[in-house]
Amino acid sequence: MGQFFQMQDLAVITPELELLAFGIALLLGDLVVEQKRKLGLVALVGIAVSGAFLVRLRNVEFSAYGGLFVLDHFSIFFKLIFLIAAALSIAISLKYLDIERENHGEYYALILFATLGMMFMAGAVDLVTLYISLETMAISTYILVGFLRSNQRSNEASMKYFLLGAFSSGILLYGMSLLYGLSGSTKFADIAEALSQRSPNDPISLLAMITLSAGMFFKIAAVPFHQWTPDAYEGAPTSITAYMSVAVKAASFAMMLRVFMVAIYPLRPHWVAILAAVSVITMTVGNIAAITQSNVKRLLAYSSISHAGYILIGFIAGNDTGLTAVPLYLLIYTFTNLGAWAVIVALRRRDVIGEHIDEMSGLFFRHPAAAILMLIFLLSLAGIPPTAGFIAKYYLFAAAIQTGHNVLAVIAVLNAAISIYFYLRIVVAMFMRDATEKTGLTYSPGILTALGVAFVFTMLIGIYPDPFIAMARQAALLAF
Amino acid sequence: MDFFRQHILSIIAFWPLLGMFVLFFINKENKSTIRWWANFVGIVGFLISLPLWFWFDREAADQMQFVENVPWIQTLGANYHVGIDGISLLLVLLTTLMGPLAILSSWTAIESRLKEYYAFMLMLQAGMLGVFISLDFFLFYVFWEVMLVPMYFLIGVWGGPRKLYAAIKFFLYTLVGSVLLLLGILALYFIYPGIAAQHPEITAAFGAGNTFDILAFQAMGAFLPANFQWWVFLAFFIGFAIKVPMFPFHTWLPDAHVEAPTAGSVILAAVLLKMGTYGFLRFSLPILPDGTKQFVPLMITLSIIAIIYGALVAMMQPDMKKLVAYSSVSHMGFVTLGMFALNPNGLNGSVIQQINHGISTGALFLIVGIIYERRHTREISQLGGLSNVMPIYAIVFLIMTMSSIGLPLLNGFIGEFTIMMGALQENLWWAVAAGSGIILGAAYMLWLYQRTMFGRIENPANEKLLDLNLRELATLVPLIIMAFWIGLYPAPFFKALDKPVNKIVAKVRPDYFQGAPRLNARAGEQR
Repeated sequence: MGQFFQMQDLAVITPELELLAFGIALLLGDLVVEQKRKLGLVALVGIAVSGAFLVRLRNVEFSAYGGLFVLDHFSIFFKLIFLIAAALSIAISLKYLDIERENHGEYYALILFATLGMMFMAGAVDLVTLYISLETMAISTYILVGFLRSNQRSNEASMKYFLLGAFSSGILLYGMSLLYGLSGSTKFADIAEALSQRSPNDPISLLAMITLSAGMFFKIAAVPFHQWTPDAYEGAPTSITAYMSVAVKAASFAMMLRVFMVAIYPLRPHWVAILAAVSVITMTVGNIAAITQSNVKRLLAYSSISHAGYILIGFIAGNDTGLTAVPLYLLIYTFTNLGAWAVIVALRRRDVIGEHIDEMSGLFFRHPAAAILMLIFLLSLAGIPPTAGFIAKYYLFAAAIQTGHNVLAVIAVLNAAISIYFYLRIVVAMFMRDATEKTGLTYSPGILTALGVAFVFTMLIGIYPDPFIAMARQAALLAF
Repeated sequence: MDFFRQHILSIIAFWPLLGMFVLFFINKENKSTIRWWANFVGIVGFLISLPLWFWFDREAADQMQFVENVPWIQTLGANYHVGIDGISLLLVLLTTLMGPLAILSSWTAIESRLKEYYAFMLMLQAGMLGVFISLDFFLFYVFWEVMLVPMYFLIGVWGGPRKLYAAIKFFLYTLVGSVLLLLGILALYFIYPGIAAQHPEITAAFGAGNTFDILAFQAMGAFLPANFQWWVFLAFFIGFAIKVPMFPFHTWLPDAHVEAPTAGSVILAAVLLKMGTYGFLRFSLPILPDGTKQFVPLMITLSIIAIIYGALVAMMQPDMKKLVAYSSVSHMGFVTLGMFALNPNGLNGSVIQQINHGISTGALFLIVGIIYERRHTREISQLGGLSNVMPIYAIVFLIMTMSSIGLPLLNGFIGEFTIMMGALQENLWWAVAAGSGIILGAAYMLWLYQRTMFGRIENPANEKLLDLNLRELATLVPLIIMAFWIGLYPAPFFKALDKPVNKIVAKVRPDYFQGAPRLNARAGEQR
């Protein structure tokens, strides 16, 4: 094990330390700065600096703090996703929070803290590090969900999310403690070692795996542990919904990849069966429930549930293609989904809530560019080429076919086909209904930037995916 | 010129897309500029495709010509690989011909949201051309899906009263087929390296790594395990049969046709449906020869059902457009019947009939659209005696009716006759069934003609109808010329088809050219 602490260890976490410094600075700055929007810009600078530090570390592979925390391509890839998601979410929040009259400095600090937690999650190869970073992320998000303090829905959402989140963390901890009991170590590698020496049907290992999986399913909002999602997504400030639907989801999948592909890898035959069932139920239930929604936030919430179902295919395939597919999918989903949410954030005006599908009626006539961008994001979510969403889905389906999971592949593609139905409902409203007096958008420089970035990457990854696939492949191959 | 010649296919396919981007910069209030520009793009698109007809080397019609091959997504092995053989030559030209006619026919029919309308028409055109020139399965799939979106909008925005229902039905049906097609493609993609490793000649020609090259897949077709072929054929079958559409996947078609604006119906019938049959010809037959033979009984049965059922349903329609839509089902049944007779006659007839169907059904939809624009109804009972006030219209309609029912001297006859020969060569009963379809076809078309054109005008609303104007005539004359050309002198068309068709037959039935003229319909069970 060697020396527990080295100076290099500090160097490895510079992006995180820097983010932490900015977060604290924001809290302090909140006391003196009157215009809170400036704090948002400071937070963006913080994210950019953190990103720069991260890019400097891109070729470093290092196991720090005696093997509690690692820096590898896998974690760097995911940290980039978190930073992009955080930056775009802050960009769409600047104006939105003014409209909601809730622009406070701690909002930006909390986003940075949540991102900080995620960044540690991506590098955690130890149960304790993992759990602490998970809770750092979760507690920050609980507060953010309830950030519209005078809004009952927001409070209710926060409460539900907190209760169920705490409950799921408890289940997760239960599994973790069992794993510790079995192996006498909190390190993933040691746990894998210990599990592989036990009989494959050992009931205690299975119990540990099942409780751990249940906790994870809560975090990624897989059916049947998904009920909190529509409520939390609907009640939360829309910018936070956007952030949660990409960043929290990506972080949970990063954690899940490490745990499933390293710590409990010896139990793979068992968890593949569970994941296959959960994957099928998740995508089907998510899609079918989305069909009946008339609130756009809820509709996209259910759609994000079904996307979690697709992503699980990557775990089930478990080969190079499958493991490349998961980070790739999450990267693409980050851009596409944030783009779609940016449009919905823009729908919110002082007097219009802008969540009902009817409030998007005739958007094309008032704001053709926004409607066309939304169309592209929706097609990307549905996986229609030449958008990035097709490449993402392609990779997952390819992984399923390559590993002989043909039935799963058929169910998945049929689900992808069904999903076009509810995405097109939004398209119908935007393009084929007349505009009402409620139709309209508030643009702000932040939203325009976010839309632009999301659009460019949604199309770029769709038409020229090579470099992004290469990055994802590198992340997947070297992680383990 | 050299540059043009080397990149002619890409130029043809992306020219409409370029036109679409320019269209974005025209003010939407400036309606006549938008119309002129769209028509200009369409006609130039046709003109730049004409050199293909002259430059195409018919002696090597089974070889891919005008090939461009550029690496695209190297991590996947997908290339930008395009090229045409004799079959795709005809379909590309059909597309570049029908596109401008459809655009021209919309001049007065479309009054609202012109800019988007023409943008979607041009995008659709690019997507369809891309499908017919792609030699890379990944590229093919991208084009295949891309055109769903503009067609969806064409139906959904400019369609009839039930447009939303029809549009979503169209999208969902075809998407379900497409995604299963994608799984079939993936199965081929992943089996390729294994097959190539065992056969050095394939490795030498197409490399050992993963590829989406359609020619590579065709080369490995003979070595694929029969059981594997059965499954992939099933996936392809669903994808393509929905597009054709074959019975029982046809139910989206009448809805889409009836609700779509005239130009949408024209493109749908003339080109979009051909993508399904083209898919069978280009992929299912050569790549999956064993699978094809196992499916022959089913395919023939479905084709015959489509021929007869489509004709019977067409006969009972009170709505002209719906009648033509169901006649499409019946005619496409002929196309698939000829195709799955799996002999040179059947396949030749099948391709020619695809072109014919594009010409005559496209023209019939134009004809229905013209009367709809004047009367705002397509109810047959509302019309009658129109030949008194619209003599030119009546003549054009007559020619196209004759073309559709297969009167000698016109194109329909050539196609149906060749298909009948092909069918007869295999099984007397197939030909009998097809023959009954022709008779039924004559019945419903002539009856339609009689009810709408002949007799006295009884409905006062029909008394003052204007005959065809020049623009409308301009949309129909090229199709009349084509109908007579194919009917009187089809040799240049067959010349382009013979070799590629023989190549397909040689792949599916290696014994055919060694004197085993009859297809053993139970080939699948002999395995």
